[in-house]
Amino acid sequence: MAQRTALYDAHVTAGAKIVDFHGWDMPINYGSQIEEHHAVRQSAGIFDVSHMTIVDITGAEAKPYLRRLLANDVAKLTVPGKAIYSAMLNEEGGIIDDLIVYYFNDKSYRAIVNSATRERDLEWLAKQSAEFDVQITERTEFGIIALQGPNSADILKSLLTPEQHAQALEMKPFFGAQFDEVFVATTGYTGEAGYELIIPVEQVVAAWNTLLEAGAKPCGLGARDTLRLEAGLNLYGQDMDESVSPLASNMAWSVAFEPADRAFVGREALEAEKAAGPLKLVGLVMTEKGVLRPGLKVIVDGGEGVITSGSFSPTLGVSIAMARVPATVGDTAQVEMRKKLVTVKVTKPGFVRHGKALVEL
Amino acid sequence: MSLIPAELKYASTHEWVRNEGDGTITVGITEHAQDLLGDMVFVELPEEGDTVAAGDDCTVAESVKAASDIYAPVAGEIIAVNEELEDSPELVNSDPYGDGWLFKMKVDDATELEGLLDADGYRESISED
Repeated sequence: MAQRTALYDAHVTAGAKIVDFHGWDMPINYGSQIEEHHAVRQSAGIFDVSHMTIVDITGAEAKPYLRRLLANDVAKLTVPGKAIYSAMLNEEGGIIDDLIVYYFNDKSYRAIVNSATRERDLEWLAKQSAEFDVQITERTEFGIIALQGPNSADILKSLLTPEQHAQALEMKPFFGAQFDEVFVATTGYTGEAGYELIIPVEQVVAAWNTLLEAGAKPCGLGARDTLRLEAGLNLYGQDMDESVSPLASNMAWSVAFEPADRAFVGREALEAEKAAGPLKLVGLVMTEKGVLRPGLKVIVDGGEGVITSGSFSPTLGVSIAMARVPATVGDTAQVEMRKKLVTVKVTKPGFVRHGKALVEL
Repeated sequence: MSLIPAELKYASTHEWVRNEGDGTITVGITEHAQDLLGDMVFVELPEEGDTVAAGDDCTVAESVKAASDIYAPVAGEIIAVNEELEDSPELVNSDPYGDGWLFKMKVDDATELEGLLDADGYRESISED
């Protein structure tokens, strides 16, 4: 039997089509995923992401532990509430998971990791903690709602006091703060302004309904996928996994090679790969009719690659994709589609941000 | 349970067929099929004048989820295609048995239509899915 979040009944009542998502019964859409997509680009939508795993890392050696564990460097975090995005690598430099870690103090951090990788993550966190004085605590007593879109700041009013709301609006991106029962973070997975809200599980349904009444549209995993693809954000298990490195996943920016003496897991493998010239993750835009799909072969200058994520972009009205290809790739590529080769434009992965196209069609 | 109009005929591959009574038929996909496919984004229709055999893939319905072949339910000639779908593929979702029709055919042999499923037969076939 699949697991259900506290919001399952609310989804069914709202007419959600439920699918199995890595062992969780989750809404794929509430009618039309394209309408939900547009709602997030133009007004605001809410997503139930309670299936994601919250892990608190505490103890005297929490900071050195995370500096060893993660490819990004938590020593950059000095202001309580500030967060960073990082890959968690194996010794070969492959990505075990990608996560966001919040800093509270040098002895207290909170990581949000993927649900699909929960068991592997917890096992790895425990294994790596052997030599450190840390406690790793999964926090299952919370649900998570992502409120995303240009009207999010306004809709957030419905959950907070006026003073709290004013403080929340002051928060820079990638920041989190506790407001009574609600932890409000300026993060997301859509390329729009918005918040991720961590709420005690017994209050999640009430918060969800409050946000709906305030004008947010319920959005499912279908819209979440096209939104994150337009934003050029990777999906674990699709655009990256343990067989590929962050350098081949458009995540080099999140790897902190400096300071040079920080020995993080996977560092040696990444340094060797850097010298060899890795594969890279690029964006593809197809103006012809049709939809680029994961798994399709991509022919580029100097070799072949593969589409890792591909879909129709509701904002651009054409198909877009991410593809892992040899770094020799030029400005165009050819994709093998239904027995014919179609020429597509090669771009940076990242097609839409704040409702605006980043690529020329 | 999705809508399966009693007056239509069906193929097990989820096309519906309306016999216009003058040797022509109108073809679309069922509500069940559009629900499985999700939001439609492109529909690649056949050309008017194409001749097709029963079971030929003659249309591609491309949704957010997948590209699906649509098959000619019987042999004949394509005499019209729904050009509205060029700009509004979502009609296949919103009105699969009406404005979301795909193409019209002149049928070679009207007795072939008798081999198609009726509404009960189609309902039974999708309950086995």
